[in-house]
Amino acid sequence: MAERPLATRRSLAALLAAVFAFLYIPIGVLVALSFNEGGLPTAWTGFSVKWYGALLSNGDILSAAGNTLIVGAVSTLIATVLGTLLALGIETRRRKGRALEALVFAPMIIPDIVLAIALLSFFSLLKLPMGLHTIIVSHVVFNLAFVSAVVRARLKTFDWSVAEASLDLGASAFTTFRRVTLPLILPAVVAGALLAFTLSIDEFIIAFFTAGAGRSSVTLPMQIFAMIRFGVTPEINALATLVMIVSVTALTLSQRLNKGVIAP
Amino acid sequence: MNASNARSTALMAPALAWLTALMVIPCGLILALGFFRRGIYGGIEYSFTLENFALLLDPLYAGIFLTSARIAGTATLIAVVIGYAAAYAIAAAPRHRQPLLLFLAVLPFWSNYLIRTYAWIVLLNREGLITQFLRMMGYEGEPPSLLYTEGAVIVGLVYNYLPFVILACYAPLSRLNPELAEASRDLGASAFTTFRRVILPMTLHGIAAGAVFVFVLSIGNFITPALLGGGRFQMIGNLIYAQFLTANDWPFGAALSMALIAIMLGLLTLQAMAAEKGAGERREVLDG
Amino acid sequence: MTTLLSIDGVTKRFGRVTAVDRLSLDIRENEFFALLGASGSGKTTLLRMLAGFETPEEGAICLDGADIAHVPPNRRPVNLMFQSYALFPHMTVEGNIAYGLEMERLPRAEIATRVGEIMEITELSQMARRKPDQLSGGQRQRVALARALVKRPRLLLLDEPLGALDKKLRAAMQLELKRLQDEVGITFIVVTHDQEEALVMADRIAILKDGRLLQVGTPHEVYEAPASRYAADFIGVMNFINSAGRTIAIRPERIRLFPDTADRTVEGRVTARAYHGLDLMLHVATGLSPTPLVVRLTAEAADRRPVAQGDTVTLGWNDADTRTFTD
Repeated sequence: MAERPLATRRSLAALLAAVFAFLYIPIGVLVALSFNEGGLPTAWTGFSVKWYGALLSNGDILSAAGNTLIVGAVSTLIATVLGTLLALGIETRRRKGRALEALVFAPMIIPDIVLAIALLSFFSLLKLPMGLHTIIVSHVVFNLAFVSAVVRARLKTFDWSVAEASLDLGASAFTTFRRVTLPLILPAVVAGALLAFTLSIDEFIIAFFTAGAGRSSVTLPMQIFAMIRFGVTPEINALATLVMIVSVTALTLSQRLNKGVIAP
Repeated sequence: MNASNARSTALMAPALAWLTALMVIPCGLILALGFFRRGIYGGIEYSFTLENFALLLDPLYAGIFLTSARIAGTATLIAVVIGYAAAYAIAAAPRHRQPLLLFLAVLPFWSNYLIRTYAWIVLLNREGLITQFLRMMGYEGEPPSLLYTEGAVIVGLVYNYLPFVILACYAPLSRLNPELAEASRDLGASAFTTFRRVILPMTLHGIAAGAVFVFVLSIGNFITPALLGGGRFQMIGNLIYAQFLTANDWPFGAALSMALIAIMLGLLTLQAMAAEKGAGERREVLDG
Repeated sequence: MTTLLSIDGVTKRFGRVTAVDRLSLDIRENEFFALLGASGSGKTTLLRMLAGFETPEEGAICLDGADIAHVPPNRRPVNLMFQSYALFPHMTVEGNIAYGLEMERLPRAEIATRVGEIMEITELSQMARRKPDQLSGGQRQRVALARALVKRPRLLLLDEPLGALDKKLRAAMQLELKRLQDEVGITFIVVTHDQEEALVMADRIAILKDGRLLQVGTPHEVYEAPASRYAADFIGVMNFINSAGRTIAIRPERIRLFPDTADRTVEGRVTARAYHGLDLMLHVATGLSPTPLVVRLTAEAADRRPVAQGDTVTLGWNDADTRTFTD
């Protein structure tokens, strides 16, 4: 490619720097404040991790964190199995149907408020008591869509002749899947699972509507929402920082495992 | 061939059953709910009516739709302009640096939405960082009211969805054969003409995809107006929320959801048609 | 003949790599000129400097006497046919071809006439409303050519114009390009790594290596009188025989089998024979070189005296048919 004039390159770099500043300054401020001794944005009174300590003694936050981990882990597990099978099924099908594509794509684009009230109406019509289990089955809906999208992207470049070679060498279809296909697509499966886990532990609206009334099924995002409505507190800053660290770690891992999950 | 298709179907069955039970049927239920009456003490009375959809045209609710569309439209426009420019800058960076830049641009998108929105409360509230900054610069008047304004909602929406626009615009920009721009220059076009006649038309579908996504998610948004608009700026998402959790008018809430889905499907269809048309033909100057 | 383009001491570096090194070359009006070289020889960089996509660090590029080295690509009467063709996928054939004329803000009627004419010449009239992805490789190549030609540039640059075509089509297009160049009367500079293509099409050939010019001449001159061992090896098939610190080079068709008279003769054993239709290639192991000598016989000569693999043969040639290199 021809070299761009220096002035053009400089203005593009400046533009990018401004956009990154816009994207990262708000988050950065939050993280910085979580370490502020005084806890207020008005003045820096010294470095401290005491707000993190405060989190550990807050029973509501701890139980919400526990609930979130349960929801995230169980819904990810179910979604990973179902989503991977779905991806294999779609990609080995001869004919691709538009209706099928739309059905599998829908959970990713349907506004969450709509899915949330639909599930709420559905569960209450069935008179199903709501709690963590209803959050879990609801989260599987969009999680499986994301897992299957990631695995399908991998399968699109998958060389099916290696699976055929395994069959040719005498392996059964199941052995071929276990010994050849699965090991080869495993990075994508794990990447999809990590993505699903991140989405699940961050998800608020659907959990909010399908959690039922009890305090026992409050998840971390629900807890954070309640706290934010109350106002800006140093505890939220610390909690927010921790939640972001978990998400960013899971996603960086996911990206490492499978280039192109988050960004191609 | 039949055996293989049977196996594919068996593989898909559990996931499709799950989606049917927990997405298709509930959404169908919502559609049906929209045609029932609200019971006297809340709840649902199972008799057919079009009242709920008629109510959508009531000036009060139509006004909320228009406000939502205006806020979502403004946020979309800003996000698309900034996002396209950023995507262009990333695509113009050295090849080996692009994956990292893109990763950094998209990373915030995957952190918690509530937290990203909350970060703006920290910046914008009366004693927030922006006020502090102004004081530091010598400002002594009343703290500016930044939070709980339409502007705050728009900033929040742009902030939350900008990474997606960057991603959507980057894809076609990075696939663009740089020789096409060179060919245009070689044939006598200026840099601006090259952008207008070659680069822009060839990346329009990325812009459209990003714009539709931002608009749909913004118009149905519930968290951002609730937290940054302080409830003063009701948008469709908040209205739906209220019907289900406070007003207890589920049929009307269902009708509102259907309207939201209709807007989304309409825009997606338009976008798909535009993409197809773009691929199919482009009238050239020769036709007169 | 008058000089159209004069490249004078042009140098282009990318970081520490010198892609083109103090290169000087004159190209004449109406010439079909080939820049021949392996990849990395600097031929494409040179072409891109002529088109305006790279600027030389030193030297001048004069077109019709004016230095254009720093004129942007859209202000040069020079057009490039890209190796990838770079057709605009969102425009029709007609739209692609008209694009460059629209940039000149010509009246619509004139654009239509000229586009029509060039489509006639390049046999594209039937395809006018098609999109590039609905065309075959050969058709795309013609659109790319028509798009550049319609602007009537002073100089047309072609970057590996036939590289993307299959072998048979390539042979046909070589002659086609030559016919077109004759018809439109525009100077062509072709970049190619295919020596056969250069020999068939070009009026003159420049051989480039490591950013420098090795030799310029007519196809006959570079084939029959290569200026260096590299040039001799690069163009056509050449046998090299080491003798007393010097290298003797001889073309396969200059070696004769069982000659009646010859300046030099040698005995050898046939290790392989390959039939090519019109001629027969023999590999003959002799003591003269580590690899077998390649001998090219006409079908007629091969019929007269059949040889089989393993036969012992006598080869001979005349000194006048050899070149001697000391490098």
